[in-house]
Amino acid sequence: MGDVAGSERASMGESKPPLMELRGITLRFGGVLAISDVSFDIREGEIRAIIGPNGAGKSSMLNVISGFYHPQEGNILFRGEVRPFMRPHRVAALGIARTFQNIALFKRMTTLDNIMTGRMTLMKSSFAAQALWWGSAEREESAHREKAEEIIDFLGIQAIRKVPVGTLPYGLQKRVELGRALAAEPRLLLLDEPMAGMNVEEKEDMSRFILDVNDEFGTTIALIEHDMGVVMDISDRIVVMDYGKKIGDGKPGEIRKNQDVIDAYLGVPH
Amino acid sequence: MIEQLLYAIEVSLNGLMTGILYSLVALGFVLIFKASGVFNYAQGIMVLFAALTLVGLQSGQVPFAHLINAIFGTHIYNFGWNLPAVAAIALSAVVMVVLAMAVEKFILKFLINQEPVILFMATIGLAYFLEGFGELMWGGEIKAIDLPLPVGISDTVERVTYDHFGYGFFIDRLDVAAACVAAVLVLSLVLFFQYSKIGRALRAVADDHQAALSVGISLRYIWVVIWSIAGIVGLAAGIMWGAKSGVQFSLSLIALKALPVLMLGGFTSIPGAILGGIIIGVGEKLFDFFMNPVIGGATENWFAYVLALVFLVFRPQGLFGEKIIERV
Repeated sequence: MGDVAGSERASMGESKPPLMELRGITLRFGGVLAISDVSFDIREGEIRAIIGPNGAGKSSMLNVISGFYHPQEGNILFRGEVRPFMRPHRVAALGIARTFQNIALFKRMTTLDNIMTGRMTLMKSSFAAQALWWGSAEREESAHREKAEEIIDFLGIQAIRKVPVGTLPYGLQKRVELGRALAAEPRLLLLDEPMAGMNVEEKEDMSRFILDVNDEFGTTIALIEHDMGVVMDISDRIVVMDYGKKIGDGKPGEIRKNQDVIDAYLGVPH
Repeated sequence: MIEQLLYAIEVSLNGLMTGILYSLVALGFVLIFKASGVFNYAQGIMVLFAALTLVGLQSGQVPFAHLINAIFGTHIYNFGWNLPAVAAIALSAVVMVVLAMAVEKFILKFLINQEPVILFMATIGLAYFLEGFGELMWGGEIKAIDLPLPVGISDTVERVTYDHFGYGFFIDRLDVAAACVAAVLVLSLVLFFQYSKIGRALRAVADDHQAALSVGISLRYIWVVIWSIAGIVGLAAGIMWGAKSGVQFSLSLIALKALPVLMLGGFTSIPGAILGGIIIGVGEKLFDFFMNPVIGGATENWFAYVLALVFLVFRPQGLFGEKIIERV
């Protein structure tokens, strides 16, 4: 997998403006401090990784970005403007799509239906027209259907178009979930451990999809991943978290040499 | 012999009509179960509440009259108007939508991502609340629905069948009207679920709350929509049952009959609710017809439940329910 991609990527996303900025985010659950005063940005067009040991607050951070959690302190800026308090479905409407650590698919629906559901925020026809299947609603539905088929082709999952996703093996479910997020044509794509539990081959496929999405559609991606090899290969910049704090931020090469990061991963005697 | 056969057909037809009324009640359960995976224990009470509201609004009853009079020492009971049927039905539908909003705002909102059994218990609470609230609002006496519905035995059917078969069928015109209403309701609901954006959103919410949120579906909006639809379907059921047997609190007990209907048809299928209702309606009438001479009467009380039990053993998901897939 991608040494070539890795070196190419190093020069990308340098001068682009930030798509999203997180400033002084602090998140508590009762007395537990999940995130403590963390700031970083995600630039337009880059692949930004968030890494850290278990319980570092990475998933909480992703949930803050996607509106599932609401931080007690700090600001979230999206395209230069402070984003007000927003519920997840509103965040989705802004063009922020995500996948989940423990796959959250519509298990009783087919692959195609799952991906079509991903386009929910892009559908415009009124309910009445939709219900009666008239004119513009019909045209709209087939246009969306076409896009959905493109994504199915892109991910190479034609064979399972009509299969209820609950019956699919794990690796394919992860792929369908990525497809559903892509279907929204997001500005920002959040991936929570897209390669967790995969074998080497599946990881290579998934890495390739992530890079292709970034290259072909120019989608900005923020991802959490534990496989360091993959993270170093595909990401432009990396944020490192430990015990809810940010302990490192930079390009893969810098992170590799960062003493705090090495200590966090290997442990140091206090 | 032929007389017997014709009589059996008449009995089945009557069963068919009763069955459709069962289906109307079952439909409300299916809608909410489909969208939120919750068995709404309060559906029967919602049917009653809708019917009470309709009668109260139409006859110009003052809501909470007893309460108001007790507190202020007044003697007001009636506004003294009589609303036209269409207006009363429309207003009752609005009340059911308001009820749906209240249920979302005061109950469901706080139970996002909870276990289905917790939501189920919340609906039990809702049922008891609504029963008391309905009585407080409109009073507990039996009321008659006064809508221009066709009632009584259809002379035409009797005459035509008499001319052809030498045996006049007794068919209640109200039953025929109920069948038509049910048919229209079901057809529009099936189309709505299958082909609309909101229908897909409903199915998505039924499947996974978190995922639904992440693709931009507002759970709270969907819940209001689905409870409103269930309330309006309940209103239709309340009108039909109320016209048949008067609006009284025992009306909520017909919800019990919806349970075997759902077991037969499957909890998630709209056509299943209809077919289940028809099978139970026809089945219990025919069973009574054939077995009455052998084992004595009152089989209608238990037939539906025994049939449901048989289904639970051999086909637990019902006729049309989705097979439960559980990966281990």
